[in-house]
Amino acid sequence: MFPILQLGPLALYVPALALLAGVWVGAWLVEKEAIRLGLHGETISTLVFIGLVAGLIGARLWYVAHNLGAYAADPIALFSLSPATLTPGAGLLIGIAAAGLYGLRRVLPPRTTLDALAPGLATMLVAIGCAHLASGDGFGEPAQLPWSIFLWDADRHPSQVYEIVGALIVLGAWWRLRGRRPFDGFGFLLVVALSAAARLFLEAFRGDSALIAGGLRAAQVGALLILALCLIGMDIWGRAPRPGAVEAARHRL
Amino acid sequence: MKSCRRSYPNKPKSLYGMAVIVLMQSARRWRIFIAVVLLLGAGWTWLSRVPALGADVGQIPSPRVGFPAPDFALATLRGERTRLAAQRGNVVIVNLWASWCGPCRAEMPAIQQVYLAYYDHGLRVLAVNSTIQDSEENARAFTQELGLTFPVLLDQDGAVTRRYLVRALPSTFVVDRRGVVRAVIFGGASMAALQSAVEPLLKDAP
Repeated sequence: MFPILQLGPLALYVPALALLAGVWVGAWLVEKEAIRLGLHGETISTLVFIGLVAGLIGARLWYVAHNLGAYAADPIALFSLSPATLTPGAGLLIGIAAAGLYGLRRVLPPRTTLDALAPGLATMLVAIGCAHLASGDGFGEPAQLPWSIFLWDADRHPSQVYEIVGALIVLGAWWRLRGRRPFDGFGFLLVVALSAAARLFLEAFRGDSALIAGGLRAAQVGALLILALCLIGMDIWGRAPRPGAVEAARHRL
Repeated sequence: MKSCRRSYPNKPKSLYGMAVIVLMQSARRWRIFIAVVLLLGAGWTWLSRVPALGADVGQIPSPRVGFPAPDFALATLRGERTRLAAQRGNVVIVNLWASWCGPCRAEMPAIQQVYLAYYDHGLRVLAVNSTIQDSEENARAFTQELGLTFPVLLDQDGAVTRRYLVRALPSTFVVDRRGVVRAVIFGGASMAALQSAVEPLLKDAP
C-alpha cells in the first residue's frame, strides 16, 4: 500500500495516478482499435473524452447538489477536487449518457463502437486494481497463506493482486481474439462477460464486500446478472453473423 | 467436442474455433452453456456468502472508511490529556498537521469555522500536531497566530502519525458518533468539503 508519493513539497495521490495512467493507455488502445475496425479514430477519441469529462463533472455536480447548503456558502470550493467529494455512480451514468448522445449525433455504428471501446474498459479494470493496491481499498479477507499480505492489521488475501491478474487475463483474451470477431459487438461482450466472471469469482476473497439478504455479496449478484446479460446478448447478436464470418473464423484457425 | 469436430470438414485447431462453431451453428448448445455457467456462478455465489457478522468491516480499528477509528490519547498544548474514545457520541474531525505545512495553514481557518458552526450540534475537532516532525513551540505559535480554539494535541513520538498511516499532511479523518471513520480527505480540505462530510453525520442521533 502506497497511497501518497511525496516529491518534496508535492504530495501525489498514487491511486489517482494509476487511474490517470489507465485512462491514457486505454484511450490509446481504443483509438488504435477504432482505426483497425474502420472507424474514425479521432471521433472515437472524442467520444471517450466527452464521456470522461461529462462523468467527472457529473460526479462532482451530483455531490454538490446533495450538499448544496455547504457549497452555496463557499462556491469557490466547487473547483477544489478531491476523490472524497465525488459521487462515482452518478458520474458513470452521466458519462455513459453523454458519450451515447455524442455517438448518436455522429451516427456511429453502435456495436462496432462498443468493440472499439472494449480494450479501454479492460485497461481501466487493470488500473482500478492498481489503484486499489496503492490505496489499500478492495482488501481481502483475513487468511494465513504463503502469499498473504499484511494490511489493515491482518494477514489477508492479496485481493488487489488477484484483481489485477484477473483484469490482465481479460485484456490478454481480448488481445488474442480481437482479430476473430464472429459478429459486431463480440469484443465488447467478451470483455464485459469475462470481467463479470472474474469479479464473480474473486469477490469471494474480498473482506469489504457489501452484503445483501442472506449474507450474499452484492457485487457477486451484480456480476452474475451482467454475465447473464452478456451471454444472452451473445446469443441474440450471434444469430445474425456477418456474411462469411464463421467460415473466415474457421479458416483462420 | 468430438461430435462437433466430426460435423465440419475444416477441423478447427483450437478451443476458440470450437466455441465459434458452437456459438454460430448451435443455439441450443450455446443456451445449455449459458445455463451451466449461470448455475455454476449462482452456486459459487451461494458458497461464498458471508455468515452473519462474518465480515471484518467494522471489527478492526483502521484509519479507513468503514472501520472504527484507531483510538489514541495525547496531551494537548494546555497540558490536558485527551482521548478520542472519550468523544464517542460526537462527530469528530481528526486532523493531522504540522506548522511548516502550507496546505495545513490554508485549511485551518475552515476547520475553525466548521468547529464553531457545529459545536452545539455535537461536532468536536482533535487537531493532532505531528510533533515528531515539528516542534511544540512552532505548534503553539501557529495555534495562537490563527486563533484556533479547538484542542491541539501533540504527537511527540509519532505514534498517532504512524497509526493513522499518514503519508502526507494534512490528512483529515471524519469519525461518526459511533467511532467509525466515515470520510478521509488527503490534502487541504475546503469548508464546503468539511461541511458536506459532517452535516449528514450530525443528523444521526447521538
